[in-house]
Amino acid sequence: MATIDIPADMELVYQRPESLTPAHTHYCPGCTHGIIHRLIAEVLDELGLRERTIGIAPVGCSVLAYYYFNFDMAEAAHGRAPAMATGMKRTNPDKVVFTYQGDGDLAAIGTAEIVHSANRGELFTTIFVNNAIYGMTGGQMAPTTLPGQVSTSCPSGRDVELAGFPMHMAELLGGLPGTAYVTRQAVFDVRGIRRTKKALTTAFRAQLAGLGFTMVEVLSTCNTNWHMSVLGALEWAKDKMVGYYPLGDTKVSDAVRAMLEEK
Amino acid sequence: MAKGMVIIDEDRCKGCGLCVSVCPVNILRLAEGRFNAKGYPPVEVSDPEKCTGCASCAIICPDVVFTVYRRKRQPQPATAAA
Ligand SMILES: Cc1ncc(C[n+]2csc(CCOP(=O)(O)OP(=O)(O)O)c2C)c(N)n1
Ligand code: SF4
Ligand code: SF4
Repeated sequence: MATIDIPADMELVYQRPESLTPAHTHYCPGCTHGIIHRLIAEVLDELGLRERTIGIAPVGCSVLAYYYFNFDMAEAAHGRAPAMATGMKRTNPDKVVFTYQGDGDLAAIGTAEIVHSANRGELFTTIFVNNAIYGMTGGQMAPTTLPGQVSTSCPSGRDVELAGFPMHMAELLGGLPGTAYVTRQAVFDVRGIRRTKKALTTAFRAQLAGLGFTMVEVLSTCNTNWHMSVLGALEWAKDKMVGYYPLGDTKVSDAVRAMLEEK
Repeated sequence: MAKGMVIIDEDRCKGCGLCVSVCPVNILRLAEGRFNAKGYPPVEVSDPEKCTGCASCAIICPDVVFTVYRRKRQPQPATAAA
Protein backbone atom coordinates (compact mmCIF):
# COMPACT_ATOMS: atom_id res chain seq x y z
CA MET A 1 0.00 0.00 0.00
CA ALA A 2 1.24 3.47 -0.80
CA THR A 3 1.72 5.65 2.23
CA ILE A 4 -1.11 8.07 2.73
CA ASP A 5 -0.85 11.26 4.73
CA ILE A 6 -3.39 11.36 7.51
CA PRO A 7 -4.36 14.93 8.42
CA ALA A 8 -3.31 15.75 11.98
CA ASP A 9 -6.86 16.46 13.08
CA MET A 10 -8.12 13.02 12.04
CA GLU A 11 -8.33 10.21 14.57
CA LEU A 12 -8.29 6.49 13.91
CA VAL A 13 -11.72 4.90 14.35
CA TYR A 14 -11.20 1.49 12.73
CA GLN A 15 -8.18 -0.65 11.95
CA ARG A 16 -7.41 -4.33 11.43
CA PRO A 17 -7.48 -6.08 14.83
CA GLU A 18 -4.22 -7.49 16.16
CA SER A 19 -5.94 -10.84 16.76
CA LEU A 20 -6.08 -11.41 12.98
CA THR A 21 -2.98 -12.42 11.03
CA PRO A 22 -2.25 -10.51 7.79
CA ALA A 23 -3.42 -13.57 5.78
CA HIS A 24 -6.07 -13.17 3.09
CA THR A 25 -9.00 -15.54 3.68
CA HIS A 26 -10.15 -18.17 1.19
CA TYR A 27 -13.84 -17.46 1.81
CA CYS A 28 -16.13 -16.72 -1.14
CA PRO A 29 -16.82 -13.02 -1.82
CA GLY A 30 -19.46 -11.77 0.61
CA CYS A 31 -19.35 -14.86 2.87
CA THR A 32 -20.18 -13.72 6.39
CA HIS A 33 -17.68 -16.13 7.99
CA GLY A 34 -15.18 -13.27 7.51
CA ILE A 35 -17.34 -10.83 9.50
CA ILE A 36 -17.62 -13.31 12.37
CA HIS A 37 -13.83 -13.89 12.40
CA ARG A 38 -13.31 -10.14 12.55
CA LEU A 39 -15.74 -9.69 15.45
CA ILE A 40 -14.08 -12.42 17.53
CA ALA A 41 -10.69 -10.78 16.88
CA GLU A 42 -11.99 -7.32 17.84
CA VAL A 43 -13.53 -8.60 21.07
CA LEU A 44 -10.40 -10.49 22.13
CA ASP A 45 -8.30 -7.38 21.39
CA GLU A 46 -10.65 -5.15 23.38
CA LEU A 47 -10.66 -7.52 26.36
CA GLY A 48 -6.85 -7.83 26.16
CA LEU A 49 -7.04 -11.62 25.82
CA ARG A 50 -5.04 -12.30 22.67
CA GLU A 51 -2.03 -13.74 24.51
CA ARG A 52 -4.23 -16.03 26.64
CA THR A 53 -6.52 -17.44 23.95
CA ILE A 54 -6.69 -20.88 22.34
CA GLY A 55 -9.16 -21.27 19.48
CA ILE A 56 -10.27 -24.54 17.96
CA ALA A 57 -11.09 -24.68 14.25
CA PRO A 58 -13.67 -27.13 12.91
CA VAL A 59 -14.04 -29.13 9.73
CA GLY A 60 -16.05 -27.05 7.29
CA CYS A 61 -15.35 -23.90 5.32
CA SER A 62 -13.69 -22.40 8.42
CA VAL A 63 -11.21 -25.30 8.63
CA LEU A 64 -8.37 -22.88 7.86
CA ALA A 65 -9.30 -20.45 10.66
CA TYR A 66 -5.95 -21.26 12.25
CA TYR A 67 -4.25 -19.28 9.47
CA TYR A 68 -6.43 -16.26 10.17
CA PHE A 69 -6.43 -15.89 13.96
CA ASN A 70 -3.30 -14.45 15.49
CA PHE A 71 -3.23 -16.58 18.65
CA ASP A 72 -2.84 -20.26 19.47
CA MET A 73 -5.16 -22.44 17.40
CA ALA A 74 -5.80 -26.17 17.13
CA GLU A 75 -7.76 -28.15 14.57
CA ALA A 76 -10.26 -30.79 15.66
CA ALA A 77 -11.69 -33.78 13.81
CA HIS A 78 -15.17 -33.12 12.41
CA GLY A 79 -17.54 -32.21 15.27
CA ARG A 80 -15.01 -32.94 18.01
CA ALA A 81 -13.99 -29.36 18.84
CA PRO A 82 -16.01 -29.31 22.11
CA ALA A 83 -14.23 -32.48 23.32
CA MET A 84 -10.86 -30.89 22.54
CA ALA A 85 -11.93 -27.65 24.21
CA THR A 86 -13.03 -29.56 27.30
CA GLY A 87 -9.55 -31.04 27.71
CA MET A 88 -7.79 -27.78 26.97
CA LYS A 89 -9.84 -25.67 29.35
CA ARG A 90 -9.73 -28.21 32.16
CA THR A 91 -5.94 -28.52 31.96
CA ASN A 92 -5.38 -24.79 31.30
CA PRO A 93 -8.07 -23.05 33.35
CA ASP A 94 -6.27 -19.71 33.04
CA LYS A 95 -6.60 -19.76 29.23
CA VAL A 96 -9.54 -18.48 27.24
CA VAL A 97 -10.75 -21.35 25.04
CA PHE A 98 -13.29 -21.22 22.23
CA THR A 99 -14.57 -23.47 19.47
CA TYR A 100 -15.65 -22.12 16.08
CA GLN A 101 -18.09 -24.53 14.43
CA GLY A 102 -20.45 -24.70 11.48
CA ASP A 103 -23.89 -26.27 11.60
CA GLY A 104 -22.79 -29.51 9.94
CA ASP A 105 -19.91 -29.73 12.39
CA LEU A 106 -21.88 -28.83 15.54
CA ALA A 107 -25.42 -30.00 14.86
CA ALA A 108 -24.85 -33.18 12.80
CA ILE A 109 -21.66 -35.19 13.33
CA GLY A 110 -20.76 -33.33 16.54
CA THR A 111 -24.15 -33.25 18.28
CA ALA A 112 -23.09 -35.52 21.14
CA GLU A 113 -19.96 -33.48 21.92
CA ILE A 114 -21.69 -30.11 22.04
CA VAL A 115 -24.74 -31.31 24.00
CA HIS A 116 -22.68 -33.06 26.68
CA SER A 117 -20.10 -30.27 26.93
CA ALA A 118 -22.89 -27.75 27.45
CA ASN A 119 -24.67 -30.02 29.89
CA ARG A 120 -21.48 -30.51 31.93
CA GLY A 121 -21.14 -26.74 32.06
CA GLU A 122 -17.68 -26.75 30.49
CA LEU A 123 -16.10 -23.33 30.88
CA PHE A 124 -15.33 -22.59 27.23
CA THR A 125 -17.18 -20.56 24.58
CA THR A 126 -18.64 -21.87 21.34
CA ILE A 127 -19.20 -19.69 18.30
CA PHE A 128 -21.76 -21.58 16.23
CA VAL A 129 -22.02 -20.40 12.64
CA ASN A 130 -25.42 -21.44 11.30
CA ASN A 131 -25.63 -21.00 7.53
CA ALA A 132 -28.30 -23.68 7.05
CA ILE A 133 -26.13 -25.77 4.70
CA TYR A 134 -22.89 -27.75 4.35
CA GLY A 135 -20.71 -25.13 2.65
CA MET A 136 -17.36 -26.84 2.27
CA THR A 137 -18.62 -30.01 0.63
CA GLY A 138 -20.79 -28.27 -1.93
CA GLY A 139 -24.17 -27.51 -0.40
CA GLN A 140 -25.77 -30.62 1.07
CA MET A 141 -28.67 -30.47 3.54
CA ALA A 142 -27.65 -29.70 7.13
CA PRO A 143 -29.71 -30.35 10.28
CA THR A 144 -30.44 -26.61 10.14
CA THR A 145 -31.61 -26.47 6.50
CA LEU A 146 -35.04 -24.83 6.42
CA PRO A 147 -38.21 -26.73 5.44
CA GLY A 148 -38.52 -26.50 1.67
CA GLN A 149 -34.97 -25.16 1.23
CA VAL A 150 -33.22 -26.66 -1.79
CA SER A 151 -29.80 -28.32 -1.40
CA THR A 152 -27.85 -30.83 -3.47
CA SER A 153 -29.12 -33.66 -1.26
CA CYS A 154 -32.73 -32.41 -1.19
CA PRO A 155 -33.09 -30.99 -4.72
CA SER A 156 -36.84 -30.58 -4.39
CA GLY A 157 -36.56 -28.88 -1.00
CA ARG A 158 -36.24 -30.24 2.55
CA ASP A 159 -39.12 -32.57 3.27
CA VAL A 160 -39.64 -32.61 7.03
CA GLU A 161 -41.60 -35.89 6.80
CA LEU A 162 -38.45 -37.53 5.50
CA ALA A 163 -35.58 -35.51 7.00
CA GLY A 164 -37.11 -34.20 10.20
CA PHE A 165 -37.24 -30.60 11.35
CA PRO A 166 -34.41 -28.07 11.45
CA MET A 167 -32.71 -28.02 14.84
CA HIS A 168 -32.93 -25.00 17.11
CA MET A 169 -29.56 -25.41 18.81
CA ALA A 170 -29.63 -22.20 20.87
CA GLU A 171 -33.00 -23.20 22.38
CA LEU A 172 -31.86 -26.78 22.97
CA LEU A 173 -28.61 -25.84 24.71
CA GLY A 174 -30.10 -22.85 26.52
CA GLY A 175 -32.47 -25.31 28.19
CA LEU A 176 -29.61 -27.21 29.85
CA PRO A 177 -28.67 -26.32 33.43
CA GLY A 178 -24.91 -26.25 32.69
CA THR A 179 -25.19 -23.28 30.36
CA ALA A 180 -24.65 -19.70 31.56
CA TYR A 181 -25.19 -17.66 28.40
CA VAL A 182 -26.66 -18.81 25.11
CA THR A 183 -27.85 -16.43 22.43
CA ARG A 184 -28.69 -16.28 18.72
CA GLN A 185 -27.56 -13.30 16.65
CA ALA A 186 -27.24 -12.51 12.94
CA VAL A 187 -24.66 -10.62 10.88
CA PHE A 188 -26.98 -9.51 8.08
CA ASP A 189 -26.74 -5.74 8.65
CA VAL A 190 -24.65 -3.21 10.58
CA ARG A 191 -27.01 -3.26 13.56
CA GLY A 192 -26.98 -7.05 13.78
CA ILE A 193 -23.18 -7.08 13.51
CA ARG A 194 -22.91 -4.64 16.43
CA ARG A 195 -25.27 -6.80 18.50
CA THR A 196 -23.32 -9.94 17.66
CA LYS A 197 -20.16 -8.24 18.85
CA LYS A 198 -21.83 -7.32 22.13
CA ALA A 199 -22.98 -10.93 22.58
CA LEU A 200 -19.44 -12.21 21.96
CA THR A 201 -18.13 -9.79 24.57
CA THR A 202 -20.68 -11.08 27.10
CA ALA A 203 -19.79 -14.70 26.33
CA PHE A 204 -16.05 -14.17 26.76
CA ARG A 205 -16.55 -12.13 29.93
CA ALA A 206 -18.74 -14.90 31.36
CA GLN A 207 -16.06 -17.44 30.49
CA LEU A 208 -13.42 -15.32 32.27
CA ALA A 209 -15.64 -15.22 35.34
CA GLY A 210 -16.10 -19.02 35.15
CA LEU A 211 -19.88 -18.81 35.08
CA GLY A 212 -20.61 -21.85 32.88
CA PHE A 213 -20.84 -22.87 29.24
CA THR A 214 -21.37 -20.01 26.79
CA MET A 215 -22.46 -20.08 23.16
CA VAL A 216 -23.18 -17.46 20.54
CA GLU A 217 -25.10 -18.88 17.58
CA VAL A 218 -24.57 -16.58 14.61
CA LEU A 219 -26.88 -16.80 11.60
CA SER A 220 -24.63 -16.52 8.54
CA THR A 221 -24.94 -16.68 4.76
CA CYS A 222 -23.55 -19.05 2.13
CA ASN A 223 -24.42 -17.24 -1.06
CA THR A 224 -22.39 -19.73 -3.12
CA ASN A 225 -24.27 -22.86 -2.08
CA TRP A 226 -27.60 -21.10 -1.71
CA HIS A 227 -27.03 -20.10 -5.37
CA MET A 228 -27.85 -16.46 -4.69
CA SER A 229 -26.17 -13.11 -5.15
CA VAL A 230 -24.36 -11.67 -2.11
CA LEU A 231 -27.13 -9.16 -1.40
CA GLY A 232 -29.88 -11.61 -2.39
CA ALA A 233 -28.53 -14.04 0.22
CA LEU A 234 -28.72 -11.33 2.89
CA GLU A 235 -32.33 -10.57 2.01
CA TRP A 236 -33.29 -14.27 2.01
CA ALA A 237 -31.55 -14.74 5.33
CA LYS A 238 -33.27 -11.76 6.96
CA ASP A 239 -36.63 -12.87 5.68
CA LYS A 240 -36.56 -16.68 5.89
CA MET A 241 -33.82 -17.61 8.34
CA VAL A 242 -34.61 -15.06 11.03
CA GLY A 243 -38.26 -16.06 10.69
CA TYR A 244 -37.41 -19.65 11.51
CA TYR A 245 -34.59 -18.99 13.99
CA PRO A 246 -35.67 -16.13 16.28
CA LEU A 247 -32.89 -13.82 17.43
CA GLY A 248 -32.16 -13.18 21.08
CA ASP A 249 -30.96 -14.82 24.27
CA THR A 250 -32.12 -18.32 25.16
CA LYS A 251 -30.19 -18.39 28.43
CA VAL A 252 -28.89 -15.67 30.69
CA SER A 253 -28.10 -17.18 34.08
CA ASP A 254 -28.53 -15.12 37.24
CA ALA A 255 -24.76 -14.91 37.57
CA VAL A 256 -24.41 -13.56 34.00
CA ARG A 257 -27.20 -11.09 34.64
CA ALA A 258 -25.42 -9.88 37.78
CA MET A 259 -22.16 -9.57 35.81
CA LEU A 260 -23.92 -7.45 33.17
CA GLU A 261 -25.57 -5.24 35.78
CA GLU A 262 -22.25 -4.60 37.51
CA LYS A 263 -20.95 -2.68 34.52
CA MET B 1 -13.70 19.56 4.49
CA ALA B 2 -14.48 15.83 4.78
CA LYS B 3 -15.46 14.63 8.25
CA GLY B 4 -14.03 11.20 7.61
CA MET B 5 -11.59 9.27 5.50
CA VAL B 6 -11.16 5.62 4.53
CA ILE B 7 -8.00 3.85 3.43
CA ILE B 8 -8.64 0.90 1.13
CA ASP B 9 -6.33 -2.12 1.17
CA GLU B 10 -7.29 -2.79 -2.42
CA ASP B 11 -5.78 -6.24 -2.90
CA ARG B 12 -7.84 -7.68 -0.02
CA CYS B 13 -11.12 -6.69 -1.67
CA LYS B 14 -13.28 -9.42 -3.22
CA GLY B 15 -15.70 -7.01 -4.89
CA CYS B 16 -18.66 -8.45 -2.96
CA GLY B 17 -20.44 -5.10 -2.73
CA LEU B 18 -21.50 -5.40 0.93
CA CYS B 19 -19.84 -2.09 1.84
CA VAL B 20 -21.42 -0.37 -1.17
CA SER B 21 -24.86 -1.47 0.06
CA VAL B 22 -24.46 0.00 3.58
CA CYS B 23 -22.63 3.30 3.03
CA PRO B 24 -25.19 5.86 4.26
CA VAL B 25 -23.87 8.61 1.96
CA ASN B 26 -23.54 6.33 -1.10
CA ILE B 27 -19.95 7.16 -1.95
CA LEU B 28 -18.66 3.63 -2.48
CA ARG B 29 -18.71 1.81 -5.81
CA LEU B 30 -16.93 -1.12 -7.43
CA ALA B 31 -14.31 -0.21 -10.02
CA GLU B 32 -15.27 -0.54 -13.66
CA GLY B 33 -12.81 -2.13 -16.08
CA ARG B 34 -10.07 -2.38 -13.46
CA PHE B 35 -9.14 -5.43 -11.35
CA ASN B 36 -7.00 -6.09 -8.29
CA ALA B 37 -4.39 -8.81 -7.81
CA LYS B 38 -7.14 -11.32 -6.90
CA GLY B 39 -9.00 -10.51 -10.12
CA TYR B 40 -11.93 -8.67 -8.52
CA PRO B 41 -13.11 -5.13 -9.26
CA PRO B 42 -12.08 -3.39 -6.04
CA VAL B 43 -14.12 -0.88 -4.11
CA GLU B 44 -13.49 2.84 -4.76
CA VAL B 45 -14.60 6.05 -3.10
CA SER B 46 -16.46 8.21 -5.62
CA ASP B 47 -16.68 11.35 -3.51
CA PRO B 48 -14.19 11.44 -0.60
CA GLU B 49 -15.43 14.87 0.53
CA LYS B 50 -18.72 13.32 1.64
CA CYS B 51 -17.24 10.64 3.89
CA THR B 52 -18.51 10.99 7.47
CA GLY B 53 -16.13 8.43 9.00
CA CYS B 54 -19.09 6.38 10.29
CA ALA B 55 -17.19 3.10 9.63
CA SER B 56 -20.29 1.22 8.41
CA CYS B 57 -18.17 -0.11 5.51
CA ALA B 58 -15.54 -1.43 7.92
CA ILE B 59 -18.20 -3.02 10.13
CA ILE B 60 -19.67 -5.09 7.30
CA CYS B 61 -16.56 -5.89 5.22
CA PRO B 62 -15.71 -9.60 5.65
CA ASP B 63 -12.19 -9.01 4.36
CA VAL B 64 -11.02 -6.13 6.56
CA VAL B 65 -10.30 -3.85 3.63
CA PHE B 66 -10.95 -0.54 5.40
CA THR B 67 -9.05 1.59 7.88
CA VAL B 68 -11.22 4.51 8.97
CA TYR B 69 -10.37 7.96 10.30
CA ARG B 70 -12.72 10.62 11.60
CA ARG B 71 -12.07 14.30 12.18
CA LYS B 72 -11.68 15.10 15.87
CA ARG B 73 -14.40 17.27 17.30
CA GLN B 74 -13.17 20.85 17.31
CA PRO B 75 -13.76 22.82 20.48
CA GLN B 76 -16.58 25.24 19.66
CA PRO B 77 -15.23 28.80 19.34
CA ALA B 78 -16.82 30.95 22.02
CA THR B 79 -19.42 33.12 20.30
CA ALA B 80 -19.19 36.70 21.41
CA ALA B 81 -22.42 37.85 23.01
CA ALA B 82 -24.23 40.18 20.68
C1 LIG C 1 -15.49 -37.53 9.60
C2 LIG C 1 -15.85 -36.66 8.44
N1 LIG C 1 -17.05 -36.81 7.85
C3 LIG C 1 -17.40 -36.02 6.81
C4 LIG C 1 -16.54 -35.07 6.34
C5 LIG C 1 -16.96 -34.21 5.14
N2 LIG C 1 -17.30 -32.86 5.52
C6 LIG C 1 -16.41 -31.85 5.44
S1 LIG C 1 -17.04 -30.36 5.85
C7 LIG C 1 -18.57 -31.02 6.14
C8 LIG C 1 -19.73 -30.18 6.58
C9 LIG C 1 -19.44 -28.73 6.68
O1 LIG C 1 -20.58 -27.98 6.94
P1 LIG C 1 -20.70 -26.92 8.11
O2 LIG C 1 -20.20 -27.49 9.39
O3 LIG C 1 -22.09 -26.43 8.12
O4 LIG C 1 -19.67 -25.76 7.75
P2 LIG C 1 -19.65 -24.73 6.52
O5 LIG C 1 -18.74 -25.37 5.52
O6 LIG C 1 -21.05 -24.55 6.04
O7 LIG C 1 -19.09 -23.48 7.11
C10 LIG C 1 -18.56 -32.41 5.91
C11 LIG C 1 -19.72 -33.28 6.06
C12 LIG C 1 -15.29 -34.94 6.98
N3 LIG C 1 -14.40 -34.03 6.59
N4 LIG C 1 -14.97 -35.74 8.03
S1 SF4 D 1 -19.04 -22.09 0.41
FE1 SF4 D 1 -20.45 -20.83 1.62
S2 SF4 D 1 -19.74 -20.95 3.77
FE2 SF4 D 1 -18.09 -21.67 2.41
S3 SF4 D 1 -16.80 -19.85 2.04
FE3 SF4 D 1 -18.27 -19.98 0.33
S4 SF4 D 1 -20.02 -18.72 0.98
FE4 SF4 D 1 -18.78 -19.14 2.80
S1 SF4 E 1 -17.23 -5.34 1.68
FE1 SF4 E 1 -14.97 -5.51 1.62
S2 SF4 E 1 -14.53 -7.18 0.16
FE2 SF4 E 1 -16.68 -6.56 -0.17
S3 SF4 E 1 -16.56 -4.98 -1.85
FE3 SF4 E 1 -16.49 -3.88 0.10
S4 SF4 E 1 -14.28 -3.65 0.54
FE4 SF4 E 1 -14.47 -5.25 -1.03
